[in-house]
Amino acid sequence: MALLEVRDLSVRFGKFQAVSGVDLTVEAGEIVGIVGESGSGKSVTSLAVMGLINAPGKVSAGAMRFDGQDLLAMPARARRRLLGSDIAMIFQEPMTSLNPSYTVGFQIEEVLAVHGYRERRKRRDRAVELLEMVGIPDAGRRLSAFPHQMSGGMNQRVMIAMSVALDPRLLIADEPTTALDVTIQAQILRLLIELQREKGMGLVFITHDLGVLAEIADRVVVMYAGEVVEMAPTRDLFTHPSHPYTHALLNALPDRALAQMQASGRRGRLPAIPGVVPGPNDRPLGCLLQPRCAFADGRCVTEHPLLHPTPGGGVRCHRPLGADGRPGPELAAGPLAGVA
Amino acid sequence: MTGAAPSTPTVTAATVPLPSPLADFWRDFSRNRGALAGLLFILLITFAAIFAPIVAPHAADVQYRDSFLVPPPWAGGNDWRFLLGTDDVGRDIFSRIVWGAQLSLLIGVIVVTVSLGFGVLLGLIAGFMRGTVDQVIMRLMDILMALPSLLLAVAIVAVLGPSLVNAMIAIAIVVLPHYVRLTRATVITELAKDYVTASRIAGAGLWRMMIIVVLPNCLAPLIVQASLGFSSAILDAAALGFLGLGALPPTPEWGTMLADAKKFVQSGHWWVVTFPGLAILLTVLAFNLLGDGLRDALDPKLKER
Amino acid sequence: MLRFLSSRLLVLIPTLLGVVLLAFFLVRQLHGDAVEARSGERGITAEQLAERRQALGLDRPLHEQFLTYLGQVVQGDLGKSYVTQRPVLDEFVELFPATIELSIVAMIIAIVIGLPAGILAALTRGSIFDHGVMGAALTGYSMPIFWWAILLIVLFSNILGLTPVSGRLDVLYYIEPATGFMLIDTLLSDEPEAFWSALHHLILPSIVLGTIPLAVIARMTRSAMLEVLSEDYIRTARAKGLSPFRVIWVHALRNALIPVVTVIGLQTGTLLAGAVLTETIFSWPGIGKWLIDAIGRRDFPAVQGGILLIAVTIITVNLAVDLLYGLINPRIRHQK
Repeated sequence: MALLEVRDLSVRFGKFQAVSGVDLTVEAGEIVGIVGESGSGKSVTSLAVMGLINAPGKVSAGAMRFDGQDLLAMPARARRRLLGSDIAMIFQEPMTSLNPSYTVGFQIEEVLAVHGYRERRKRRDRAVELLEMVGIPDAGRRLSAFPHQMSGGMNQRVMIAMSVALDPRLLIADEPTTALDVTIQAQILRLLIELQREKGMGLVFITHDLGVLAEIADRVVVMYAGEVVEMAPTRDLFTHPSHPYTHALLNALPDRALAQMQASGRRGRLPAIPGVVPGPNDRPLGCLLQPRCAFADGRCVTEHPLLHPTPGGGVRCHRPLGADGRPGPELAAGPLAGVA
Repeated sequence: MTGAAPSTPTVTAATVPLPSPLADFWRDFSRNRGALAGLLFILLITFAAIFAPIVAPHAADVQYRDSFLVPPPWAGGNDWRFLLGTDDVGRDIFSRIVWGAQLSLLIGVIVVTVSLGFGVLLGLIAGFMRGTVDQVIMRLMDILMALPSLLLAVAIVAVLGPSLVNAMIAIAIVVLPHYVRLTRATVITELAKDYVTASRIAGAGLWRMMIIVVLPNCLAPLIVQASLGFSSAILDAAALGFLGLGALPPTPEWGTMLADAKKFVQSGHWWVVTFPGLAILLTVLAFNLLGDGLRDALDPKLKER
Repeated sequence: MLRFLSSRLLVLIPTLLGVVLLAFFLVRQLHGDAVEARSGERGITAEQLAERRQALGLDRPLHEQFLTYLGQVVQGDLGKSYVTQRPVLDEFVELFPATIELSIVAMIIAIVIGLPAGILAALTRGSIFDHGVMGAALTGYSMPIFWWAILLIVLFSNILGLTPVSGRLDVLYYIEPATGFMLIDTLLSDEPEAFWSALHHLILPSIVLGTIPLAVIARMTRSAMLEVLSEDYIRTARAKGLSPFRVIWVHALRNALIPVVTVIGLQTGTLLAGAVLTETIFSWPGIGKWLIDAIGRRDFPAVQGGILLIAVTIITVNLAVDLLYGLINPRIRHQK
């Protein structure tokens, strides 16, 4: 049984479809990376899983199960019991994600207190232990520090400490290093991976940086405009991307582009993907990538592709790319052909 | 990428012509029903004020000796000449309120224009010259802001002597600091920006910089402030009138009409005090609604609210 | 924190000085007027006029006059009231507690009603309750207080006969002024049941006076709450599995109240200005009424002393609010 199983998740804000038909599975101890541009719906997906989508957002799913428990049918109180203790989340902006009016110690001890740590002594000791675990020096004194008295990197460590305080089985990290200095990014990343390995947590790592996922993820989910367009084990994704979007993303990685240029002996510009992600008012009828896809044909314009299952995951394309990087044979449409 | 396929027809038309800023503003503004109501009321009052001689059935100071304290015809009285009844010297209250509208709007316009004008000027000077001039001006403004507007106005009128003109001067002085601060803050912010440096290098003169560079950027908050300033001008003028420090009787200023209110409170002649006060309330409310609506429509940050 | 404190204190001095300067010019103008006014009445000679002016020190150079005045002010000598011949400062101190009492009760009403109303309006944003509260608040501060007072008097005193119309206490009672606060003095006296009479007299005036602060507090609280609720740390708090109640009560309020406290403090100025009007209508024997009466009676020392003292009070309260703000805003209190 998978640790987290999400099927056909959709989130809508008024007229805007932020996420549609997303499937996500995370096994215990697995690191799944979700990658996509801004507006791809990757954050909204994780917030929906956590139950943090507020009105006017509407969440609907075929299934959303954590460890077999149905998250959708669960009463709010039961779900809150899971949050912070079994499923935890860390966010992108550490400087604003902590309450400026309370000490770091208060905020860490709070999550302990709410989920069962009754004795003050125990809470405090555990808090010190956690701060040391995430590499904050002089942990005892830092407990009485305020978030604004520490740097972004330190604050993110505090967030991580807070999130793993109760040994969650699943940790969702929403672009945890994006807002940090480059040198600190590597440190935080390493910290996360170490913790994941030690505790055997499932980790969902959301990012726009495909390069990071190459290093840490077991599987990668690529999202575009609110849909999953490809899922595959990391190595397969990087060596044989099936979806044109993944292919383009990989090409856009500076290292890869440089390597290719060196290999072919030609100089040129860094490839970029022309066009922009569709906004709420201009969603194409057929494939959502079609206006920007080099390989699009007539069918792509009119028919919305399904997520065709593959050995490692799936790909949402009528003619997924083959090993040679060119579109392969047409895939048959399912019984719901033409339905967006 | 070179696309082999032609570009796609998408769900809706790909490009909608961008609406003009004015249309954009009107669309945001008119969504706010309170603001629309306020605007409507203001237009109504302005109409009544401009055409007062026609709208008001009587003159403001005509006394009908046989009709003291007549209640409104729809509430006990029987004289339809006086729609809202008469006061203790037989003057028609409805007419006085209409004439008072003229007065109140005039007060608002004069006060706001004067204080806006001087305020913006002082703000520009303070912002551009900095140094001692700036410090002096700002200290002065701090002192003015240290006191609530009514008290300061009372003080100034106490010195100058009670009259409507003095009341207007007092109120205009009192509200000056808001415009000065706003303008000065905008000047300082904009002057730090690159495009200003660029235009300075290109040889733009001081006046050009002031008017073309700075003012458009603080226009929106200034307009909002002016609208709210209108309402507080009317309130303060009414308060001064009520205290006997502003317009003096028999001027039909709404606040002055309430100056003798206390004796009518005891005696049961409710209409003498209700309608002038109601007029003040509705007018001030209308300007506040307008100001709020303007602020919501003009300030992009607040658009979500 | 220390730097914040000292910077605030530094601004205080020129502001106070400026206010004294303002009052000084008021004095000169008024005394000048007074001398001429009185002279005109009795038809005295030019020499006598000059004598009078000299007696008042009006012939000396300007800066000397100012320094003399400054010296007097600092020593607490604000002249004697023309009407009562008593020192202005004494009269002020005697009447001030009545205004303070009224203002405090008004502020309590404003906070007790305004704060929860604003919070609930923010939590139920867009609902009828929200629109209702905001509409009421808007009406509240668009209202001319003196008219609102009249309306309430007509309703509660005339029609319903529930509340008295003027004064602080039923005329039956005579209470020794101890603190000047009627609510306290009645309890201390040998007629403690007069306390209820004092309270009875306080209700209507404080409701009237508290209306505008109530409206402002409700609006400010609502907008502060809305802003706080959209912050990232609220999302984090929810992600920790905290109950909605705790998220609002512990995390949101603590931050939303910071600007609200400032607003509450700054409403002191509004209260004192409103007191002027409210006391006039309710014949409440405080400094507001005293000031207006003094203006009417051309009692210039009282007017100028009164305004100076009120200004100093407001500036002091504003400073206290500023310092309080520094204390409750963790970013200022615990600087790096």
